[in-house]
Amino acid sequence: MSVEIVKDVVKPILSGLGITAKRLRHRKVTVMYPEKQREQYPRTRWRHYLTRYDNGLEKCIGCSLCAGACPARCINVVAAENTDEARFSPGERYATRYEINMIRCIFCGYCQDACPTGAIVLRKNFELADYKRDSFVYTKEMLLEEYPGQNLEPFRSRYAKD
Amino acid sequence: MPKRVETIVLHDSSTPVVGGIETGGVVKLLSLDMLLNQARANALWPLTFGLACCAIEMMSTVAARFDLARFGSEAFRATPRQADVMIIAGRLSKKMAPVLRQIYDQMPEPKWVISMGACASSGGVYNNYAIVQGADQVVPVDVYVPGCPPSPDALIYAVIKLQEKIKKRKGNAIIELQPRTLEKVEA
Repeated sequence: MSVEIVKDVVKPILSGLGITAKRLRHRKVTVMYPEKQREQYPRTRWRHYLTRYDNGLEKCIGCSLCAGACPARCINVVAAENTDEARFSPGERYATRYEINMIRCIFCGYCQDACPTGAIVLRKNFELADYKRDSFVYTKEMLLEEYPGQNLEPFRSRYAKD
Repeated sequence: MPKRVETIVLHDSSTPVVGGIETGGVVKLLSLDMLLNQARANALWPLTFGLACCAIEMMSTVAARFDLARFGSEAFRATPRQADVMIIAGRLSKKMAPVLRQIYDQMPEPKWVISMGACASSGGVYNNYAIVQGADQVVPVDVYVPGCPPSPDALIYAVIKLQEKIKKRKGNAIIELQPRTLEKVEA
């Protein structure tokens, strides 16, 4: 009787607990997100940024090719002529308005591919959730903000020369 | 050394409380709002409502790598009667909209809605006759998450944002019977 109890009850429990004990020595897989962030993949596409040249001029020339390439139709560009008094970009034209509806954007990166000057890039900042619908239309001022790890990330248009 | 008595008084925030003052000690007030908000924010049980590919990311949010259980949201409920928050994960078609509304109505108060992904929040690329252009046309949405689909970290960020919103709530009742109407959009 007692031999049967050991064989049928105690042994399976011990072997089961043995597997549990073995798992205790494994490395922990959970990323403790708000405190620590996992490393994003090199070509992760999240929040858009408009970039500048080293002399401070905007790279965007207001050509609307990004708006044309966008499958979700979420980019609005309004261009205007540069003058010698008010110069924003090196070419003839610049974007007076540059708006992206972040809530409709699908982060495909076609705008980055289409941009002839490498002005718009998608970086790794994914913390975009918000309470109000209206707050998701990102204006040109918001998109021109500096991103901390800007120089570390090799995002670049395939047509841009710099 | 003066006598220092600390009393914790539980009270409704709308009624003034005088308990503990006659002892001459320090009175600490713990409002009922704060207690209920803490309880509600840290046990948000989501409703299983995966509509499309965003649901895959929602599932992986609950799995070991990201572990939504750290925020008290691991118990995905298959019935609206036991759920606190509805995560609309995926594109909401016009045929599905009445079903979504009915399930939302069956959830007990207080309840919240997270609109996950571009399609649920605004229609995304599907700007056509079949898809509702924004789930907020059907139910009041509390947190919108952009992305196609949002990564699990982005969804966890939205859950944290929702917890922050719940912790700021005022005028709670232990049992809420008043049905919530669609929130007016501020101009």
